[in-house]
Amino acid sequence: MFGILASVIDGILVGAVYGLAAMGLTLIWGVMNVINLAHGAIIVIGMFLLYVIVYSLGLHPYVAVPAMIVFGFVFGIVLYWIAVHRVIGQPELMSLLSTFAVNMVLIGLGTAWWSTSPYNVPVSMPSVSWQSYTFTGTHIAAAIMAVVIAGLLYLLLYHTRIGKAVRAVANNREAAELTGIPTTQVLAMAFGLGVALAGVSGTLIATLFPFTVLSGEAYQLKSFVVTVLGGLGNPAGALLGGVALGLIEGMATPFMPVNWIPVIEFGLFILCLIAFPRGIFSFTKA
Amino acid sequence: MRKALYLLAATLLFAAAPAFAQDTITIGFTASQTGKLNNDSTSQMRGIEMWKDDVNARGGIKAGGKSYKVKLVSYDDESANNRVQQLYTRLITQDNAQFLISPYSSGLTATAAIVSEQYGKVMITTGAALQKTYKLGNKHLFQVYTGTGGYLVGTLQALLEKNKHPRVAFVFEDDPFSKAVANSVRNEAKKRGVDVVVDEAYASSTTDFSPIINKVIAGKATALLGGGHYADGATLARQLHEQKANLKWVTLLVAPDSPHFAQQLGDAADGISTPSQWEPQAAFKPDFGPTPAAFAKEFTAKFKIAPGYHAAGGYAAGIILQHAIETANSIDPNKVTAALNKMDVTTFFGHTKFATDAKDHGLQIGHQMVLAQWQKKGGKLVKEIVWPDAAKTANIIY
Repeated sequence: MFGILASVIDGILVGAVYGLAAMGLTLIWGVMNVINLAHGAIIVIGMFLLYVIVYSLGLHPYVAVPAMIVFGFVFGIVLYWIAVHRVIGQPELMSLLSTFAVNMVLIGLGTAWWSTSPYNVPVSMPSVSWQSYTFTGTHIAAAIMAVVIAGLLYLLLYHTRIGKAVRAVANNREAAELTGIPTTQVLAMAFGLGVALAGVSGTLIATLFPFTVLSGEAYQLKSFVVTVLGGLGNPAGALLGGVALGLIEGMATPFMPVNWIPVIEFGLFILCLIAFPRGIFSFTKA
Repeated sequence: MRKALYLLAATLLFAAAPAFAQDTITIGFTASQTGKLNNDSTSQMRGIEMWKDDVNARGGIKAGGKSYKVKLVSYDDESANNRVQQLYTRLITQDNAQFLISPYSSGLTATAAIVSEQYGKVMITTGAALQKTYKLGNKHLFQVYTGTGGYLVGTLQALLEKNKHPRVAFVFEDDPFSKAVANSVRNEAKKRGVDVVVDEAYASSTTDFSPIINKVIAGKATALLGGGHYADGATLARQLHEQKANLKWVTLLVAPDSPHFAQQLGDAADGISTPSQWEPQAAFKPDFGPTPAAFAKEFTAKFKIAPGYHAAGGYAAGIILQHAIETANSIDPNKVTAALNKMDVTTFFGHTKFATDAKDHGLQIGHQMVLAQWQKKGGKLVKEIVWPDAAKTANIIY
């Protein structure tokens, strides 16, 4: 019994971080109808920023969290002007191709710079023991930070003028433009936010597990599953979706071989697409 | 007049150059300089390169009244099967490699072996324990390592000597090598009536072991046998330590052999054991080539890190090929194959003898493994041989 509970808690802790990653993907989709295929590569940037902060600059690992938010935001805006701005409003295939190209460029540069070998940044934190199970401090810290960052995003989107503008553009870009909202700048900012979220989730994942330049792909896939669970374009749903995914993983593992978990995950993904095409946690009507 | 003499001398020099160039032997291989196999593959490559430097410094390989300098041609296979397939074809057809050494890992070697056999090239395999590859009717493939069957059966014996009723968890990587090792130890455990409480396989790319570790804890396991290669093994060991899995015995494949394991994991490495193809303390008296101690000393001086068994395996592949060419007294592949078939020698790496019957030709049948364990001595982690008794340098910590 304790085993199942421990497994569920572990699942939820990691799920919160997956949720954060998916928020980045879903925010960009919700505001500008762009599926960002560079999402995985951006997660990897977050991972390597942690490595650089710890090993090149000798700073505390968690300095990388605010650093990645700032860097990710600026990088996202630059990326928007280079690769996304011109394909907004075009058929969706255009933005898929464009962000996929960015993905290839980033992975290519990363491979040339760091190769595809595994990297690891050991972060030591006091852990919490319960019965014979131990929950590592890094997992707890990562989950707390993921929830805090998600909360801050919520405040930004629902309690500031900027957030209102973002939501207005997401709802109806033309109407927003008519009321005097500088929609292009808002789009750029939203893309920056999405990139910052993806990047910082990468940083948090790297405090838990080893990573390579190619690690992004696995987390990008998880983000897609989470987004579909939580509803495309719904940031709060994404966080819930992440936690739900973690919960399902945690509940399933004690009862089946661990290598069956992806089957459950993607089975759920397909079920969700059929039964709840707008996501389980989406409250808008299809 | 003087100018004309210089010209003549220069022409003669150039004309003579090809004659020297012919007296080289080109040996091709790939190494995983990048990707998940990078750690052990790099060690293996260093072993091969050190052998080349040694043999060339001594005038080269001697055969048929000539001395052949060794020329190595190698590429980065990125730990990927498709690269191995392309690159071994390239080594044979474009670089004209006369002999081949395998890439690191059973999986990549199985791919390379298809190409080498297609072209009838002699390939010495090292870092490739999977026995299946040698049971496919290959004629020019020769294995340096003890096969997968020899990895954990001895370890299980050592464990049972310490605890007659252990609760064992098997946690293996889901790749051909680890699966084969797991199968043989699983059968042995069944035969001996060992209580297996967890039996899990994980994907090679796994980075989060906590679901499995929770199962190990829930199953109240006292011993864990598992692992696969370096990246996953090191991560598993670290997370076992972080989650305080409370095991009395942990044996992992491959990863703990590398000196990097103790450097990177620190306390998490303490007490972890690994079945090892070779350790520097081994007391073999070689028929030719360096002693284990001399090899370890030279390697440490050259690369500023102690050699693990992957490095030793690389050097051993070179020296075994060299011995075969020198015994055959020819670089003709058929004669070298015949010499390898007859080989029954002891090198610094241990005893080497290949199976010669058609059904498992080239399989290693002479070499034996030991069990090594990281132990903390005076605040420093040291790798000791703890089993079998005949070879041990310290008692096992249980």
